[in-house]
Amino acid sequence: MLVRIVLLLVAAAALALCASGCAAPVDAKETINIRFSRFEPETITVPAGEPVTFTLVNDDPIEHEWIVGTAETHERHRTGTEPFHAEIPTEVTIPALTTRTTFVMFNTAGEYEFICHLPGHEAYGMKGTVVVE
Amino acid sequence: MRTLLISATVVASLVMAAMLAVGPSPGSADACAGLIGSNGAVNLGRTTTLAAYQDGVEHYVTSFEFAGGGGEFGTLIPLPGIPSNIERGGDWTLQRLQQEVPPEFAAFSGVGGSSTAAEDRAEVIQEVRIDALDLTVLKGGAPDVAAWATDHGFRLSPDAPEVLDFYARRSPIFLAAVFDGQAAADRGQALGDGTPVHLTIPTPNPWVPLRILGLGKQDEDFVQADVFLLTENEPNLLPKVSNGLFLQHSAQATDLLLSDLRSDKGMEWVADSAWLTKLVVSSPTVDLKYDLAVDATGTKQPSRVAAGLEQPIGLPQTGSDSGGSSDPLSVLGWVALTAAVLAIATVVLAPRFGRGR
Repeated sequence: MLVRIVLLLVAAAALALCASGCAAPVDAKETINIRFSRFEPETITVPAGEPVTFTLVNDDPIEHEWIVGTAETHERHRTGTEPFHAEIPTEVTIPALTTRTTFVMFNTAGEYEFICHLPGHEAYGMKGTVVVE
Repeated sequence: MRTLLISATVVASLVMAAMLAVGPSPGSADACAGLIGSNGAVNLGRTTTLAAYQDGVEHYVTSFEFAGGGGEFGTLIPLPGIPSNIERGGDWTLQRLQQEVPPEFAAFSGVGGSSTAAEDRAEVIQEVRIDALDLTVLKGGAPDVAAWATDHGFRLSPDAPEVLDFYARRSPIFLAAVFDGQAAADRGQALGDGTPVHLTIPTPNPWVPLRILGLGKQDEDFVQADVFLLTENEPNLLPKVSNGLFLQHSAQATDLLLSDLRSDKGMEWVADSAWLTKLVVSSPTVDLKYDLAVDATGTKQPSRVAAGLEQPIGLPQTGSDSGGSSDPLSVLGWVALTAAVLAIATVVLAPRFGRGR
């Protein structure tokens, strides 16, 4: 009887794990938290060619940006003057203590940095990487 | 957008004075810890502050330097309590203290789908105008103070959330000092002219904020500050003197110094006898994670909380040193899994136990 109970427990555990890990493929969802001017996590891996929902949670009492793209994109923003980003899915302004959601599909595998380009924020370490594979 | 300088100092122990300084001119008396420009550049300035503690009342004297231009800039100073009075400070008290114990260290510049926003706002306790300086005492948490700054057109540096949180956990009182550059120019104030301010703060828990002097600076930038303490007896301090915090002077204050201080405008409260200590902060910003606690109880045990080395009891720990998962969904997942296993086990075991009876 004991063996049977153990087997049942193991089966239940396996079923519970599959409920989160073995489900049919759905759009990827990633949450990036911002606290004390840091992105958490700093590295995210997403599939190429599939839409990804990014939920950007700013727990800081100051405004931040989440801009993801190539080196050229970031270089443009380092010297740019755009005060607010709301039209481009890969360029999002997140006001203090708010949450923003954006949808991005990366067609090409590779690594793309996401950075807050408000003055001083990148130098402070506010950057991360999206790994597309 | 205006720029908010965040600087600080407060303090004391049984009759104590503290003076902070950051920047280039040894004799200057200003309170600008860092000017954050629109390009993120930081201009280090020298801050000089005097704070004294006597019979449970802290006297805080600092001077805000007019940095020129027609705009506005400001300083946020964390305070240990609500000031009972704010007035113009003495004309030369800060300079006299520097004359008594001049700096030994050469000054140098550092290397180097949406949710709704929070509705909370800092409570304005008191507003005072001194010359071209608007002083506002705020009460609130870090988000509240940040919101106040934003509402008033200031931009906070990226380290502000962590630093404001560091202070708000111990005291929700901040002083915002905003220089009206145009008014200063209209008054004929020259670049570098300081406006001394004297705050009287009843508090049982004196401390000198040091960490905030690094606000807006890069990790490798140096914070340099002169901290003068004037206490009834030789003070007990925390943290102890170590790398980045140097003891330059510790002796009974001379009668001449105390007499001179008392003769300045609004400085008659200075005691007849006091112990003079001068500490020098010379530390990379990245290492300046503490404040200066001074024992005011006679127990010779300065508060680790006041020094910023411990969080107040009852407040949650921050940081990622818990080791366990903090993801609520992950926790819920394990709770659900455990519940499911228990439920199945109950279903399986119950009949067996029933049959066994």
